[in-house]
Amino acid sequence: MLEITGLTHSYGPAGRARPALRDISLAVAGGELVSIVGPSGCGKSTLLRCVAGLIRPAAGTITLGGSPVERVPDGLAVVFQDYSRSLLPWLTVADNVALPLRRKRGSAPAAAGEADRTAGPARAGRRARREAARAALATVGLTSEGGRYPWQLSGGMQQRVAIARALACDPVLLLMDEPFGSVDAQTREDLEDLVLTVRGQRDITILLVTHDIDESVYVGDRVVVLTPGPGQVRADLRVSLPSPREQITTRQLPAFVQLRAEVGRLVRERETETGAHSERGAAGPVPGTEATAANTGTGQG
Amino acid sequence: MSTARIARHLGPAARYLAAAGRHLAPGGRHLTRWLVIAAAAGLWELWARAQQSPFFPPPSSILARLYHLWFAGPAAHLFLTPDATGNLLPSLGRILAGLAIAAVLGGAGGLALGRSRAGAAYLDAMLQFVRALPPVTLVPVFIAIFALGTPMEVATIAFGTIWPVLLNTADGASSLDPVLADTARAFRLPGWLRLVRLIIPAALPKFFAGLRLSVSLSLILMVFAELAGSSNGLGYEMNNAESSFNMTSLWAALVLIAILGNLLNAAELAAEHKLLAWHRNARQRRT
Repeated sequence: MLEITGLTHSYGPAGRARPALRDISLAVAGGELVSIVGPSGCGKSTLLRCVAGLIRPAAGTITLGGSPVERVPDGLAVVFQDYSRSLLPWLTVADNVALPLRRKRGSAPAAAGEADRTAGPARAGRRARREAARAALATVGLTSEGGRYPWQLSGGMQQRVAIARALACDPVLLLMDEPFGSVDAQTREDLEDLVLTVRGQRDITILLVTHDIDESVYVGDRVVVLTPGPGQVRADLRVSLPSPREQITTRQLPAFVQLRAEVGRLVRERETETGAHSERGAAGPVPGTEATAANTGTGQG
Repeated sequence: MSTARIARHLGPAARYLAAAGRHLAPGGRHLTRWLVIAAAAGLWELWARAQQSPFFPPPSSILARLYHLWFAGPAAHLFLTPDATGNLLPSLGRILAGLAIAAVLGGAGGLALGRSRAGAAYLDAMLQFVRALPPVTLVPVFIAIFALGTPMEVATIAFGTIWPVLLNTADGASSLDPVLADTARAFRLPGWLRLVRLIIPAALPKFFAGLRLSVSLSLILMVFAELAGSSNGLGYEMNNAESSFNMTSLWAALVLIAILGNLLNAAELAAEHKLLAWHRNARQRRT
């Protein structure tokens, strides 16, 4: 359902652009949960932003459900890492969750259909939105927090609100950008299980970016490992762990331990290459001859 | 009473006041502040009575004049005298009208400027140049355009107070958190919703910061515009009092203007307090 071909992107002005992604190709089937893992600065977030249509890649194509992604596509929702900045502090939790439901009449949930419209479109819409927000909050276990403000909640609860907001618009593709990077370990495990539960209940495809190797294996059907920047696909591993997954027993399985070791090795492989990469990166703006010399230097050293 | 005895009596009182300021609940601290004001007024009273200077009448007679001039009216008129309704209300009306124009135009203009990178780039130098002009210098120009009277005074206040609102709002609108901007795009919020739910609330703290400056400016401009020539208002009363060497009335007008300034500030703070509760609380949580 999601098809990425030859995706390449770099930042900065044309002359001295800093490459972020190089020739990424990836196909994601409907209903899959794909973890994207890699060292920091490997372009994971850039990849997600390209898929979200937030940035236009320098080269390559992305198609979602057969149609090319040129701007933010329909049926897409995003959960950002920084929940405290992505939730609107001046709106209540319920209003935050209901906000994206006001986007387009067509994409509002089914309840706002033809039958209700005779009763006055604005009021029916509002009632349907409130109902959808309430249902989404129930999914993430925050039924009674709708009237509070985001800053009255803990970090984990705020990220639950962000997840509820994403689910409320009933997306086909959910993008999560290091969603649990800023919460404590216990909360992180709860949220990982929440994602797995949601995913079991709905027909939804999830792309989850993380720098946590354990997490990528625990939640994923597939783990895509990126190389250090500019990111390329280093490995695309299928996770064959039994469902439902459970924090303690799943992590004890030999298959889990083995896979996490393999992913860890693939992510860490950069350490031997990082020197060469950063040399090349730093030498980027200077003339080619010097860059070659620097490379040879590290090679010999 | 010898000075030593006075000092012995004042010592514990001063210590009490200092301790009250530090340890009492906010209400108590409020009381202390009023006590300080009362003490200052008392000292001024003693000094003025001792001096008998025609230029510095004692505060008690100033307050009495203040009361008789403006607040000794019938209950049906909220105790306002004809002098008050004829001078205090026009001044207050001009301030509010000027501030309203500045808030609406400055707020809307600031939003437009803050959201339009190109507009800000083109206009910034010009706006900074015009803003550097002291607003009171335009009074002669406005007198020429509008002649003496309320339109001239309102124009002076509006023109002078628009800048803090405009530039602060533009700053607030342009510095929308990038994560929030991304959120709005990722959820494809339509433009009007972005404006009403994201950009305006995000710019509101800066808007109020500007408005606070404008409120104090508006008082200066009101008095100046009315001193320049007016047939009513507090500035007109001051002109009158000064030309008839009525120092007590002049001081009473000054005290009244100070009271007015404090009330306007309090009103602005109350509005800010109500509208920006989220801002205060969210900031407290984060730090």
